[in-house]
Amino acid sequence: MDTKKSEVLQGTLDLMILKTLHALGPLHGFGIARRIEQVSRDVLQLNEGTVYTSLLRLQQQGWIAAAWGTSENNRKAKFYSITKRGEKQLHVEAENWKRIADVIGRVLKLEAER
Amino acid sequence: MTSPRDSKLRAFVAKVRGFVRGNRRDGEFDYEVQGHLQLLAEKLVAQGMEREAALAAARRQFGNVTLLQEDRRELRTFLSVEALWHDLRYALRVLRKNPAFTCVAVLTLALGVGANTTLFTVVRSVLLKPLPFENPDQLVMLYEQSADHKHAYNVVAGGIFQAWQEQSRSFEQMALLGGSGYNLSGANGMLPEKVEGGKCSWNLFSMLGVRPLYGRAFGPEDDRPNANATVMLTWSLWRRRFGGDPAIIGKDALLDGGPYTVVGILPAWFSYPDPETQVWTPIRHETRPAVIDSLNNHQFGVVARLKAGHTLTEGLTDVDTIEKRIRSAHPDLIETIGSGASIRPLLDEFVNEYKTPLYVLLVATACFLLIACLNVANLLVARSAARRREFAIRAALGGSRFRLLREQIVESVVLSMAGGTLGITLAKLSLQWLMRTRQDIPRVETIHIDGQVLLFAVAVALLSGIAAGLVPAFNATGTRILQSLQESSRSLGGGQGRARLRKVLLSFEVGFTMVLLIAAGLLLKSYERLRASDLGCGINNILTMRVDLPKPKYLEQQRAAFFEQVIDSVGNLPGIQRAGMVSVLPGHGYGSDDSFVISEHPPLPPGRVLLAIKRFADPGYFAAMQIPFVRGRTFNDRERLDQATSVIINDLFARMFFPGEDPLGKHLRVNLTDHEISYEIVGLVGDTRFSISKPVEPMMYFPLYSGFFGRATIVVRSPHDPNGLALPIQKLIAQMDADLPVSEVLTMEQLVNGSTINASFTASLVLAFAVLSLVLAAVGLYGVLSYLVTQRKSEIGVRVALGAGRIEVLKLMLVDGLGPAAVGLIAGLGFGAFAAGFIRSMLYGVEPLDETVFLGATVLLALITGAACIVPAWRASRIDPMKALRYE
Repeated sequence: MDTKKSEVLQGTLDLMILKTLHALGPLHGFGIARRIEQVSRDVLQLNEGTVYTSLLRLQQQGWIAAAWGTSENNRKAKFYSITKRGEKQLHVEAENWKRIADVIGRVLKLEAER
Repeated sequence: MTSPRDSKLRAFVAKVRGFVRGNRRDGEFDYEVQGHLQLLAEKLVAQGMEREAALAAARRQFGNVTLLQEDRRELRTFLSVEALWHDLRYALRVLRKNPAFTCVAVLTLALGVGANTTLFTVVRSVLLKPLPFENPDQLVMLYEQSADHKHAYNVVAGGIFQAWQEQSRSFEQMALLGGSGYNLSGANGMLPEKVEGGKCSWNLFSMLGVRPLYGRAFGPEDDRPNANATVMLTWSLWRRRFGGDPAIIGKDALLDGGPYTVVGILPAWFSYPDPETQVWTPIRHETRPAVIDSLNNHQFGVVARLKAGHTLTEGLTDVDTIEKRIRSAHPDLIETIGSGASIRPLLDEFVNEYKTPLYVLLVATACFLLIACLNVANLLVARSAARRREFAIRAALGGSRFRLLREQIVESVVLSMAGGTLGITLAKLSLQWLMRTRQDIPRVETIHIDGQVLLFAVAVALLSGIAAGLVPAFNATGTRILQSLQESSRSLGGGQGRARLRKVLLSFEVGFTMVLLIAAGLLLKSYERLRASDLGCGINNILTMRVDLPKPKYLEQQRAAFFEQVIDSVGNLPGIQRAGMVSVLPGHGYGSDDSFVISEHPPLPPGRVLLAIKRFADPGYFAAMQIPFVRGRTFNDRERLDQATSVIINDLFARMFFPGEDPLGKHLRVNLTDHEISYEIVGLVGDTRFSISKPVEPMMYFPLYSGFFGRATIVVRSPHDPNGLALPIQKLIAQMDADLPVSEVLTMEQLVNGSTINASFTASLVLAFAVLSLVLAAVGLYGVLSYLVTQRKSEIGVRVALGAGRIEVLKLMLVDGLGPAAVGLIAGLGFGAFAAGFIRSMLYGVEPLDETVFLGATVLLALITGAACIVPAWRASRIDPMKALRYE
């Protein structure tokens, strides 16, 4: 296994999926997995199945909605789309993430200056 | 915005929805996964991979589908509840498959829970429930300490009460109480009836906070010697005798033939001091002022209400100081005025006698429950030992330790709930039985099972189930999976750890059993002593019944005539050997005493008084009661009214007051009514006890035909069962006076049984629990040893094959079983000695450390445990080495 790949941080997958759906509109699970793969440029190691667990969790919170549609290979597939509440949540989570990333970044810089 | 709490709430709602809907969506998910895998594989094929390899790679990249499904279910529903349900069904299945084990365990627990629930209910209703009065915790009972310091809770003299009432500072109020019986008769052909009555100072009801249902309570104007006669009726008497008609208020009821105006009806719940007391009269109207004012005529009860915020000790110091002051102010009465005061809560007055026995029983049942739990734990350990391999395999396959633990606990909780349900039923039945057999216990009629009791029973059952389940569960789910997998295939020394645990449990069981056995032994022995303690008179084939001659109709002359006539005609009835009459029967209480002066002796120093119990008897009483004459003679028939100048004393009287002298012909000067009379001692009779558990006291008998006393008990002796004689005698008396009721028709045997019922009851119940515990301990011991033998079968086989003798094997196994039993036995002896101190107050004629009881319990327990061990040990010694080794 490629040692350079990092595990997905707990909870960050939810944020990534929300952002993906926000940016690209309704997608099915496969599409979401592909998009995250593309964006992460193979840095992240992801069991694609966990996307579905995350999707269920987001659905339960009412942040995304699901509807049946037809996929590229003419199969029936579930398409997920972000809801209004999800948009708000995404905003909050993104802010939150930036703040934490900032803090961690600063802390790491401190380390480097010494 | 979205707070974490909201998000948790939404997750919970989703779970509830999922739990209710079930797993319908799982199919959709499968479809989604299949689609995803297909797309992924197609993508990989497009990148140039083989179709087979692409499918495998897709699956790898997707991850473990089963695990995902678990995750999703965790999100969608309450997994733990589902698992619990699963465990429950599993437990039921397992229990159904082992009916013998299940029955034994459930029955054991049911007995334990049932016994504890019963005792808890009784203790709560009888001992703990407050009295139904206003602020009952302020209510106390006051007593005098007797002048000779013998009795700490003696009845109070009227004069002392008055001093307390006037001078004390810590009490809101005090009321004076006395008992008295009345013949209640009605004008219009109502049958006469003997009713127990209470005399009280007028403020009793207001002090207790009791308001009459109809009419009014007594007022100060009723509570005077020259007031109109008034009476208050209890609700039940009013319903029974006066048809529950409120119009009775202001009308007259006939008590002892005299008219008493009914002023009030007490409410239905009022049952004080006991349900038998049915009428109340004002005490100063009913008692001579000389008695009310006397400083040393002890005969009343005093109820008092402490001022709010005052403690028992403060109240005691208050009245004690007053009493001591009075005593030192009257040096001439120093021998008869109480030496101090005593106090106790009013509730204690009722239940004092029952406190220790009930608590002892509660502890005994708790002990028994503990033994039952230990035994069930032991059975469960044995069972889990048999399933050890199954657990190890499941653990190896990834079953979580918690899951295995939970499974066992669920199983024992199911057991305990079954036991609990059965136990509550048992408790209900035994309470019904108890309320029938023990009517003597105060407030026994209020005992009932309520929500709190049920809660208690369920809690006890659950706790014991969990306790019994935890022991084997922790043991069985040990982490050494591999070891147990290997161990069970080679049973050499297998399960030693488990066996050690079971041995410890056994030691406890044996120890507790020992404690119960010792307690039961002591109580039984003291009961035997009590039964064997000689009243000093005949017991068999003697029938007794009481007649009370009411005053205005029967004065001295009429009494003497009536008594004589009764004896004459009763003596002539067929089937009667002897008949006699006495004021108070042996074993029927202290009655009253009186002071006397011996004419022939030098005058006593001032303040010294001689006291003895007094009785009134007819000439035939001693023969009828089989009280032997040591010397002298009985009264003769001429000794009636003014001619009644003889007295008969008992042996102790002679030894105490005439040491080295002949009492016959000496004279006692006694004031029985209003003037002193000199009585010549004509006879000396054997000692009789006034109470079966109390030592003999000096006693003097005066002629009943003096007519001084209007209350007498007829005793008749018959060659066979005397019960059939009651009716003819009652008819005879009815012919003589139709208004005269006969009460307390009892054989002497019944009377003695009645006074020992408390002792016999406690002793037999504790014995029952001890025997049950003994059985449980024996079963436990047998089980453990049998298990050990099976475990060590091959080892024993090897030993025998290598030349070990049968006897050695027998010894080896016996030591294994008897070791823990011996440890428990010794520990039990220690705890037993401690427990014996606790029940000291209940013992009669037995020392707490009675050697025979301790020795007997030890031998019995040793024999039973030995017997329980010998069978499996013997079986071990018979093991055929060839078979044992092949058994592998």
